[in-house]
Amino acid sequence: MQHYDVVVLGAGPAGLGAAVEAHKNGARNVLVLERDRELGGILQQCIHNGFGLHFFSEDLTGPEYAERFIDELQELGIEFKLNTMVLELTEGKVVKAINTTEGYLEIPARAVVLAMGCRERTRGAIAIPGYRPAGVFNAGTAQRFLNMEGYMVGKRVVILGSGDIGLIMARRMTLEGAEVLAVAEIMPHSGGLTRNIVQCLEDYDIPLYLKHTVVDVQGRDRVTGVTIAEVDDRTQPIMGTEKHYDCDTLLLSVGLIPENELSRGAGVKIDPATNGPVVNEAMETSIEGIFACGNVVHVHDLADWVTEESQRAGKYAARYVQEQLVEEGKMFETRPGNGIGYIVPHYVRVSNLDEQLPLYMRVREVFEGKRLVVKADGEVIKRVKRRHMAPGEMEIVKIDSDKLRERPIAELAVSVEEE
Amino acid sequence: MYDVTIIGAGIAGCFIARELSRYKLNVALLDRENDVSDGQTKANSAIVHAGYDAHVDTVMGKLNARGNPMFDQVCEELDVPLKRIGSLVLTFEDAELPTLRELYDNGRALGIPGLEILSPTETRRIEPNVVDSIKGSLYAETAGIVGPWELAIALAENAIDNGVELKLNHEVTAIAAFHDGFRISTTQGEVESRYVINAAGLYADKINNMVAKPFFEINPKRGQYFLLDKNADGLVNTVVFQCPTKAGKGVLVSPTVHGNVIVGPDAENLENREDVRTTGNRLRFVKEMAAKSIKDIPYHYNITTFAGIRAEPSTKDFIIAESQDAKGFINVAGIKSPGLSSSPAIAEEVVQILDRIAGGLEADPEFDPRRRPLARFAELSDQQKAALVRENPRFGRIVCRCETVTEGELLDVIHRSCGARTVDGVKRRARPGTGRCQGGFCSPRVIEILARELGVDLSEIKKDSERSYILTGRTKGSSAPQALLQGEQHATL
Repeated sequence: MQHYDVVVLGAGPAGLGAAVEAHKNGARNVLVLERDRELGGILQQCIHNGFGLHFFSEDLTGPEYAERFIDELQELGIEFKLNTMVLELTEGKVVKAINTTEGYLEIPARAVVLAMGCRERTRGAIAIPGYRPAGVFNAGTAQRFLNMEGYMVGKRVVILGSGDIGLIMARRMTLEGAEVLAVAEIMPHSGGLTRNIVQCLEDYDIPLYLKHTVVDVQGRDRVTGVTIAEVDDRTQPIMGTEKHYDCDTLLLSVGLIPENELSRGAGVKIDPATNGPVVNEAMETSIEGIFACGNVVHVHDLADWVTEESQRAGKYAARYVQEQLVEEGKMFETRPGNGIGYIVPHYVRVSNLDEQLPLYMRVREVFEGKRLVVKADGEVIKRVKRRHMAPGEMEIVKIDSDKLRERPIAELAVSVEEE
Repeated sequence: MYDVTIIGAGIAGCFIARELSRYKLNVALLDRENDVSDGQTKANSAIVHAGYDAHVDTVMGKLNARGNPMFDQVCEELDVPLKRIGSLVLTFEDAELPTLRELYDNGRALGIPGLEILSPTETRRIEPNVVDSIKGSLYAETAGIVGPWELAIALAENAIDNGVELKLNHEVTAIAAFHDGFRISTTQGEVESRYVINAAGLYADKINNMVAKPFFEINPKRGQYFLLDKNADGLVNTVVFQCPTKAGKGVLVSPTVHGNVIVGPDAENLENREDVRTTGNRLRFVKEMAAKSIKDIPYHYNITTFAGIRAEPSTKDFIIAESQDAKGFINVAGIKSPGLSSSPAIAEEVVQILDRIAGGLEADPEFDPRRRPLARFAELSDQQKAALVRENPRFGRIVCRCETVTEGELLDVIHRSCGARTVDGVKRRARPGTGRCQGGFCSPRVIEILARELGVDLSEIKKDSERSYILTGRTKGSSAPQALLQGEQHATL
């Protein structure tokens, strides 16, 4: 059985970024395992543009963005296996997988990069009442039907949830001739990017109802109607505010959940705030030599940031297999303060930092004209102004590593504070 | 002309069909839907009750007691999952303790073994997550959990393999009696039969009334459930019931045979027999009730909610008898809970009735009680998985990642007798889409495989009923059926 330096689980933007970067940083036998028929992951069904604005300073579609990394992967001669499902990852970094051509595989790895991405929260998870007919789709599943299989899923559509995929699908369904009647969002703010609200809803006169949810789904066989209603501050429907739509389709864009069944199986520690692995500055999980990046760690808003994070994971995985990663030494914890939902990474070992430490985080609610304040053991080391912050958009704060090396730190906290 | 025609392919109809296939009889099994087990059988608590609950003087009581011990053999023969995990009836008030004793005594009168009244401490030893306030419980060793639709499908498959004809999409519209039999009009033509068995579930009264005097009514009673992810496994170890009170029978919390947790049902009288809606209020009620039994039920692991409708007979008991005014027409009606638990005994009972009125039934020496076991990839050891993929590469392609279901398993359940024709049909047989993503990832692939294997376009594939279309047509500019072409490439592997 062949041994690999780095085995990457998943060939979406995270897996591709990590694999390429691991190779570039000196890992020699890198293997990428992908369950789908082609490389690229969900990017292949994201045929809209808006990818690469930060990373390439170009406006690319999902497949174009993926192609950049796929080309690089192939130029570097990095090995990959398609249609290959990982069944289990052991704590000792043996990857058990199967495919139709090679059968059952046990692949020992010196380092593993978890890049399995995320899945959509379902109707069941939020217990939407009503019938359970055909015509209720997760927005991402509908996206696959339209963009990969070439089939339409409905003609008159209501969308629950204003996550980015839902917004993108509102536009996509409209362009395919469907009538999108409304988007209902249970929160007082959208879960998606502002640019998607503007470009996918406002430009097509699709109404967005904040603080609304679906209270009934009609139709025993296929959806025949959907009723939405306003909710109170405890997200309970308010009687008398119902709006009914005759429609054949309900799309759901009600959140994404990192897919960590393999991580849990291996014993990787999971942060309940992100539903992803607890990671350090190297994107290394609680198990030495198992790294993680992209939406399996926390749900990102842009693929560009997935790439940035994954390149770090790949780079550090390569250092790990070359025994250049310092596992001991000075370490501090990050802590989400006032207004912050979570921070990635959770731990930082100062010795492994390059010039800067990027902190990825999400705020809990919409903030206008506030500051993000970073404190090392209570002492302010960075302040950044933000005109507008929303839970739908990830915040990134980069700290100069020198500031973290001046003296031992126990805790680095980030909070939202007044200007 | 058939010797026997069974109307309704739920658990009762399928069980009767399989038992009749032991004899030299021409048997037809009719259902209005496009699959078996598509009514009450697909939406219930999935419990094999020990049988202490229904009164010793009722048909239900007798048949539950008789039916329970029959499950082991049939589930073994047909490779259907069954787990005898035992059950508990919890009491929360000292005043309820006499009720517990009544249940115990009733069970003993019915000859049910393994009943025991437990103290709170003994109860907690079995179920550490019960609430602190319990006063005691009734333990029943023989209670079990089963896959009801899997059993019905297996019974239908075995029946077909032993000569029964399954006629789906045959909704009965009229029945006429003539001198030596019945002419059954259906939405797909007429079926003639010497004897007719009415196992029509929620419509058993309507079917009876087509040929005989009305003497009972079926009243639909809805129950709603939560189904939690396998991550919740271990919350309870047994089927946890609540002591029946004047207010109702309470709700249960139980493991399912596949390692999920089921919570429910409430009981709500309805007018509409088709109203399988879930409602916010009733689901909240189910949560409140379940909280009386078990602490901290993790509803954040909920993967689906559903409702089932019970066929409550106005007579309050199973009706299993030849019609008095239509000789040769046998009612198997009002099969509500414990219908599943009683189903093996119901089938036995019907065979006895038929044997009597037909003047003896001749056994078929070619009857084979077994069906080919299912390949359950997820349950195999690493070595067994490796061997299976070597033997058939289709088992190397995982279609459903949540439940680790392979293409090989899908092909198997599509091409068996009583094979799957719909997405939910595949789901009930091989479990893709029953996991935490609820088909988000696998449904496109299941549709593609069904379309390829059945030789139809993807847009022809239904979710469940004939009217439950999924895809509405091609997107603009897409002409080549891409997915189908790719599917064919896989087919040549």
